[in-house]
Amino acid sequence: MSAVPLTSVAVEPTTEPAAPAPRARRAPRVGAEHSRLARVVILTLVGLVFLVPIVAMFEFTLRTSGKPGVYSFAHYASVLHPDAAAGVDYTPLFQGIQNSLLICVITVAIVLLLLLPTMLFVELRYPRLRRVLEFVCILPITIPTIVLVVGFVPVYQRVAAIFGSAPWTLAFAVGIIILPYAFRPIATNIQAFDLVTLSEAARSLGGSWPVVIWRVILPNMRRGVISAVFLAVAVVLGEYTIASFLSQTTFQTALLLISQQDPYVATIFALAALIFAGILLVVIGRFGAIRPGDRERRAAARLARASRRTA
Amino acid sequence: MTTRSIPDAKDLEAPTRPAGSSASSTAPRDARGTGASSPRRRSVAWLGFTPFAAYVLLFLAIPAVIAVASGFFSASGSFTFQNLQAFADPTILKAFQGSLLVSLVSAVLGAVIGALVCFALLGTKAEGFLRTVVDAVSSVLAQFGGVMLAFAFIATIGFQGFVTLWLKSTFGFDINSDGALLYKVPGLIIPYTYFSIPLMILTFMPAMEGLKATWGEAAATLGATRRQYWIRIAMPVLAPAFFGSLLLLFANSFSSFATAAALLSQGGIVPLTIKQQLTSETILGVANTAGVLALGMLVIMVVVMFFYSLLQRRAARWQR
Repeated sequence: MSAVPLTSVAVEPTTEPAAPAPRARRAPRVGAEHSRLARVVILTLVGLVFLVPIVAMFEFTLRTSGKPGVYSFAHYASVLHPDAAAGVDYTPLFQGIQNSLLICVITVAIVLLLLLPTMLFVELRYPRLRRVLEFVCILPITIPTIVLVVGFVPVYQRVAAIFGSAPWTLAFAVGIIILPYAFRPIATNIQAFDLVTLSEAARSLGGSWPVVIWRVILPNMRRGVISAVFLAVAVVLGEYTIASFLSQTTFQTALLLISQQDPYVATIFALAALIFAGILLVVIGRFGAIRPGDRERRAAARLARASRRTA
Repeated sequence: MTTRSIPDAKDLEAPTRPAGSSASSTAPRDARGTGASSPRRRSVAWLGFTPFAAYVLLFLAIPAVIAVASGFFSASGSFTFQNLQAFADPTILKAFQGSLLVSLVSAVLGAVIGALVCFALLGTKAEGFLRTVVDAVSSVLAQFGGVMLAFAFIATIGFQGFVTLWLKSTFGFDINSDGALLYKVPGLIIPYTYFSIPLMILTFMPAMEGLKATWGEAAATLGATRRQYWIRIAMPVLAPAFFGSLLLLFANSFSSFATAAALLSQGGIVPLTIKQQLTSETILGVANTAGVLALGMLVIMVVVMFFYSLLQRRAARWQR
């Protein structure tokens, strides 16, 4: 079998030297590999289509109402100096942002103090319950938020009786809908290192459980936990359904409210939020891509580049 | 001794129960509790689940049960099947039809285009910058959009939208000639497809990456063309994952609410009808027709998710 070279069905003649060619120049395309052209065409096309609504949003924020073709940054300026005389009031928006940020903090606390310990506990003590926990955590994806909301309305009447009807109480409900997003990265991370062996080793060296968790387990879980937290933040900031039904002002509900008064400023904030979330996720993405030893490798590469430049 | 005591002390396997308890008497280290060594400790350990279990029970199980159960009670609080008659109501039937149509079309479009993008991404480095950006943008648009996507599309194809005006001025074509396209149920297909494609990229990419290079090489050695490779090998292998992702897109569109709520004030899809029901008749905070609609949605979701898990299991066969 090995006597038959792959190039026997080559699309191009094998004029390349057999010498160790870099991967990029593999002559025959076999399997799923596609041409560079196909990649560029598809990605450019889809990318452009996806860019259109975003660009349209930006163009919209630059418009001057009533004067087509006149563009300015006036609406951006008005965010900071609202025209009180025209009855424009952005306080709900800023209030909504504040509420959403508070909900974010509590939701992240739910992930770190409730979900994460439970997942570690299952992994260390009751690994056979892993499937049960997974089922519970993935379940909220199956139940549409709007269905849960029908049940949240009566539940929140009780919650309001205990905690009052402050916006932060929404975090309990939001904490449920982010479970699937928080669960996945943490679960993947747990699979990626030998949690049980490490903790046994640490225990046999005399570490107490808190020390083992703090100094051995959590440092290994950084990637998973960080992605879980950031995803949770993104979902919380984008959450609309629960807040609107429980009549709380959050970023999203305020956005919709403001859009009826001042669509320009609403769009500015929407655009800013989309870009902010995008950057946030690119940052975690890069974070996730960094492997142990990467930093040294990258530093070495930088050094090499610098020395080449000076040479 | 330490190394011997650990597997027992770890106490991960229930069958080692008697051995575990004997180990606790022989190994002094166990007193400090590497694991649950005695039956008493074990039962105490179960308490570790209490906070999470209580939370899930209060905010997931109870609301879900209430949502469904509320459909079976009359306004006066007695048990009834009367509410199920709502499914005979033409506006509610229409809402289900609308939801199914929008979800199905956007899911199919999203799946096909998303799969093409995955195909295009195949040769790129998994940890590279391009992939990171695509992943990040996909997560944002798939999960975070909602109200903001509605704004984006108003700015694009609304009455004064960027694309609307451009089409009008260059081709004299008005996409909103039959009334605003975006503010009708079929118009929802456009923004829904817009957030379905990124979701497809996120869910289908792992399957695409699971295509082993060796399969392609094997096919090539046996003389298969790339066309044959795709039709005979790659497509059958990818099919379960593809249809699984398609179902997920369907479920996602079917249950999404924010975009539609920001665009349409009337009903027309099920989530909006639930909203109407909840806001119009809040007797004791339990809106019964809303409960029935919630049940209807849940039934559809359960069916979809059942097939999804079936397909996932098939798809998993080819991965790793």
